[in-house]
Amino acid sequence: MVRHYPTKRSALVPTLLYAQDETGYLSDEVIAEIASRLDLSELEVRNVISYYSMLTTKPRGKFNVQVCTNISCMVRGAEDLFDHCKKKLGIGHKGTTADGVFSLEEVECIGACSWAPAAQVNYDFHENLTIEQMDRVLDEYKRKGTQ
Amino acid sequence: MADLVSHPDEVKIVSRRFGQGATNLERYLELDGYKAVQKALAMEPDAIVNEVKASGLRGRGGAGFSTGMKWSFVPKQSAKPKYVLCNGDESEPGTCKDRLIFEHDPHSVIEGVMIAGLAVGAKSGYIYIRGEYRYLSIIMQKAIRDAYAKGILGKNIFGSGRDFDVYWHGGAGAYEVGEESALMESLEGKRGIPRVRPPFPAVAGLWGGPTVINNAETLASVPHIILGGGDWFAKIGTPKNGGTRLFCLSGNLSKPGVYELPMGYNLKKMIYNVGGGIPNGRGLKAVVPGGSSTPCLTPDEIDIAMDFDSVAKAGSMLGSGGVVVLDDAQCIVKFALRTMKFYQHESCGWCIPCREGTDWLKKTLTRFHAGGGLKKDIDNMQYLSENMLGRTFCPLGDAAAMPTIAFVKKFRKEFEDHLEGRPCPFEKEGVVEQLPVLA
Repeated sequence: MVRHYPTKRSALVPTLLYAQDETGYLSDEVIAEIASRLDLSELEVRNVISYYSMLTTKPRGKFNVQVCTNISCMVRGAEDLFDHCKKKLGIGHKGTTADGVFSLEEVECIGACSWAPAAQVNYDFHENLTIEQMDRVLDEYKRKGTQ
Repeated sequence: MADLVSHPDEVKIVSRRFGQGATNLERYLELDGYKAVQKALAMEPDAIVNEVKASGLRGRGGAGFSTGMKWSFVPKQSAKPKYVLCNGDESEPGTCKDRLIFEHDPHSVIEGVMIAGLAVGAKSGYIYIRGEYRYLSIIMQKAIRDAYAKGILGKNIFGSGRDFDVYWHGGAGAYEVGEESALMESLEGKRGIPRVRPPFPAVAGLWGGPTVINNAETLASVPHIILGGGDWFAKIGTPKNGGTRLFCLSGNLSKPGVYELPMGYNLKKMIYNVGGGIPNGRGLKAVVPGGSSTPCLTPDEIDIAMDFDSVAKAGSMLGSGGVVVLDDAQCIVKFALRTMKFYQHESCGWCIPCREGTDWLKKTLTRFHAGGGLKKDIDNMQYLSENMLGRTFCPLGDAAAMPTIAFVKKFRKEFEDHLEGRPCPFEKEGVVEQLPVLA
């Protein structure tokens, strides 16, 4: 990616996200590696990480369930959906299940407003959700995660 | 993959190739793809700019600035390289249109970037796609690779002796990055803090070079304008509001979806005819006409043309085309609170009026919704919001203040109904649950 830009630093944000996808989170080692490859200090990298809501320095579950509760989703029952996920998974906002399969997050608008309520599990969109459908979605990931 | 909808009133221009397999380059070429850029290669840069000016195309990201005019601000001579930057960081709540363009017609964005580049004398362009849209980044990366492989991008495009490069870039979750100067900061690998202007991006943008920044829908409209002519495009809309718009209908509607309608389409018709009206025998309470930052309209204010000037005349904004409909079971205080929670979460904290204002408004609204509101809070919220307007580097402060002012002004009675420890009249069983707080 670095070749696409006049400055190395420009590759930082997408690089961080790709690294996080590989390793699950941005550990100290990953941050140090990226900093050295892009000729930045670790502090500069951390400064950027803290700005972007998708980047995390803490481990998360294998499947990160992100329920949008922003306006278009809210008026179509997103809060009930999020509450249901909390109960079903037994965790709260930004929590991770003990088996490490799921994390849960209440997120801001994910661009699925016309297909609300919606959630993303990692990068996959699940739209026009009912509680029953959400159950099926979570059961499916649970199966995948414990295979 | 998002579902497609259709309605007989639609005029499909930007969405013409949706569902037609146009992510495939050969298919795109069959459907008149890359013909516009070949036409543009034979035109003088000024002629391209003039065609786009004549089309009445205005920025589809939300501000509604004339695209041709924006291009004309880029200096002809520049010591530093010039750039085209496509803003695909779509994150205004209520907006989900660029997603469909990237999903169904990625080459139209590439072609739009190329034409913009020819118009302003840039040799490279970047297409910034928000991080959550990973599947769209994959689609876009393939489209770019295919275009290079076919010789459409790279050296000597279409044998013209001119070179053009297009790159993809991805975000990692930040609403504010949709603001043009913050977008450039993000692309340069920094926090998305807005820049002081002037200098404007057209003079000093990406890496200090003159930069044209346009929304994905704006750029996807450009090839159609070059092929069909500016006059043709202008005639589709209303005066000074050329063409069509991808309206994202969401909320309490029977047929939500993204519909491409002519500029100036009547909002009432859009809700009741195109969107299928309000389900469950409910009535209409309010409409947010152009994404969460635009002031809401009440049912007696919606018989208006949906173009930039008419919606502005009605006291709101056409914004990003995100039409959010609320039925009469929705609590305005809660809706205002959820809107403010969003802006408080997304404020970068650079400017004090925005950082403190969104936080105080969120706190006040939270207390209000929980039944702890004081009568003076109502005026305080208004006063606080008004004092945020125009006092921040980027429009995020305005985006938080404007809807709040409208909610308080237009639904004062509903705020008063929450006073003196009364539980929210809209909550189930009269129990007010504390809304979860985003960390």
